Amino acid sequence: MSSEEAFVSIRGMSFSRGNRLIFNNIDLDIPRGKVTAIMGPSGTGKTTLLRLIGGQILPDVGTIEVDGHNVPTLKRTQLFELRKKSMGMLFQSGALFTDLSVFDNVAFPIRLHSDLPESMVRDLVLMKLEAVGLRGARDLMPAELSGGMARRVALARSVALDPEMILYDEPFTGLDPISLGITVKLIKSLNDALSLTSVLVTHDVEEACTIADYVCLLSEGGVIGFDTPENLIENGSEQVRQFMQGKPDGPVPFHFPANDFSEDLLKGVK
Amino acid sequence: MLKLIDKILDSIQALGNASLGRLQALGRAGVFLLSSLMWGGPGSAGFGDLVKQIYSIGVRSLSIIIVAGFFVGMVLGLQGYTILSDFGSEAALGTMVSLTLLRELGPVVTALLFAGRAGSALTAEIGLMKATEQISAMEMMGVDPLKRIITPRLWAGFISMPILALLFSLVGIWGGAYVGINMLGVDEGAYWGNMQASVEFYDDIIKGLIKSLVFGLVVTWIAVYQGFDSIPTSEGISKATTQTVVVASLAVLGLDFVLTAIMLGSI
Repeated sequence: MSSEEAFVSIRGMSFSRGNRLIFNNIDLDIPRGKVTAIMGPSGTGKTTLLRLIGGQILPDVGTIEVDGHNVPTLKRTQLFELRKKSMGMLFQSGALFTDLSVFDNVAFPIRLHSDLPESMVRDLVLMKLEAVGLRGARDLMPAELSGGMARRVALARSVALDPEMILYDEPFTGLDPISLGITVKLIKSLNDALSLTSVLVTHDVEEACTIADYVCLLSEGGVIGFDTPENLIENGSEQVRQFMQGKPDGPVPFHFPANDFSEDLLKGVK
Repeated sequence: MLKLIDKILDSIQALGNASLGRLQALGRAGVFLLSSLMWGGPGSAGFGDLVKQIYSIGVRSLSIIIVAGFFVGMVLGLQGYTILSDFGSEAALGTMVSLTLLRELGPVVTALLFAGRAGSALTAEIGLMKATEQISAMEMMGVDPLKRIITPRLWAGFISMPILALLFSLVGIWGGAYVGINMLGVDEGAYWGNMQASVEFYDDIIKGLIKSLVFGLVVTWIAVYQGFDSIPTSEGISKATTQTVVVASLAVLGLDFVLTAIMLGSI
């Protein structure tokens, strides 16, 4: 992986929420043009990592370079420019604008960031909707869509401006098997067809391994493994194998840090 | 003894922390307002958005403003007649009703109703946009939510409030006339004639409008800020909505005193 050019490069980054350290001095390179899956137990900061890369929150220390720009030091207008040019994000909930139709949701970024005539906007939107199989649903409102359909519309919207990188936050959660299969295929085909860099936060080991070129495993504030899925499953540390194979026992803690259970029970109220 | 001193010190520390927290929030709200207004005039995010917001904030508040204005005018007519008739001055009813409405009740009651009807709706709408990640999605598209969401709403509130307050006063004056003339037998000519003779365009109407403009900006600012700054959970949005109504209502009443004192030259 080190031989490939990094689209996102994180160095010495720490981030804490209150007294809780989420990331402790991590280094991470996300290669350009590949699908990288970020995985790890709940609460390890996978979504937080996406938000840090997108500049929605700032690290305590360290650098986060996206396409050569150090995101935490950018001014507000520079950050918006970078997002417009280089980033798209698919949110877990879809985050569609509830007062706009499916068509207008996908057209929203195109209308705002380009001077294209409406006829061309229409063609572009229909192409994006066709790619996610929802051209026929263009006039529906978000409230009329199922969870899977909303996610697909959001995917069409996130590629509307042809960004260089797409950040996917739990794209497979709550999907039926057909929608899941279609979404997995869509992410891979979009990545290959548009030469995107895809960063995928997911818990779904099986689906992630079928499309990811690399898997990054996070745990206890650090990166515990970064490699191809096959290498991680075969040669990873005990921690990595426990997660990849879904074993209940192992070094990865299941419990949130707490004091001794018996002591807690004997303590009385609160 | 030491425990008592510790408790007192803790209380002072808590008070200091709370005061600093309030000051920080006020500073954040100020920066938020300036950043939103920096995006420019009413049409900076497109006139379509502004018209949509004026419809949502202003036009949809019309029914409550008109009904409330009529009732307030009717009550003023009744009370005014009872007081004035003791002095044999029923003919001054028109003057009393119109000056009360144009100078005070029109701007203040409209602002209070506006905070309850439109202010709470604005906070809940923006809070829910935050909770459903619509604001984050906008940011990730390279679109500044202050420009797209906040600026048109601020201008819509600023534009709608004086129009609503004028309508409130107008309907209130009709309400007072209905009760005074039709129900209590005040002379119609005296009611309207005395009103026309005593109401000054600058001192009464314009000063009332200035109050409305200030209330419009302050109430809308509080509403959008509370929504934008809310904790994106059901409890957080509920708390922010309540805060909007409470803070905006108190701000309107406090500001009304300050503005009245300035206008009367007492400060």
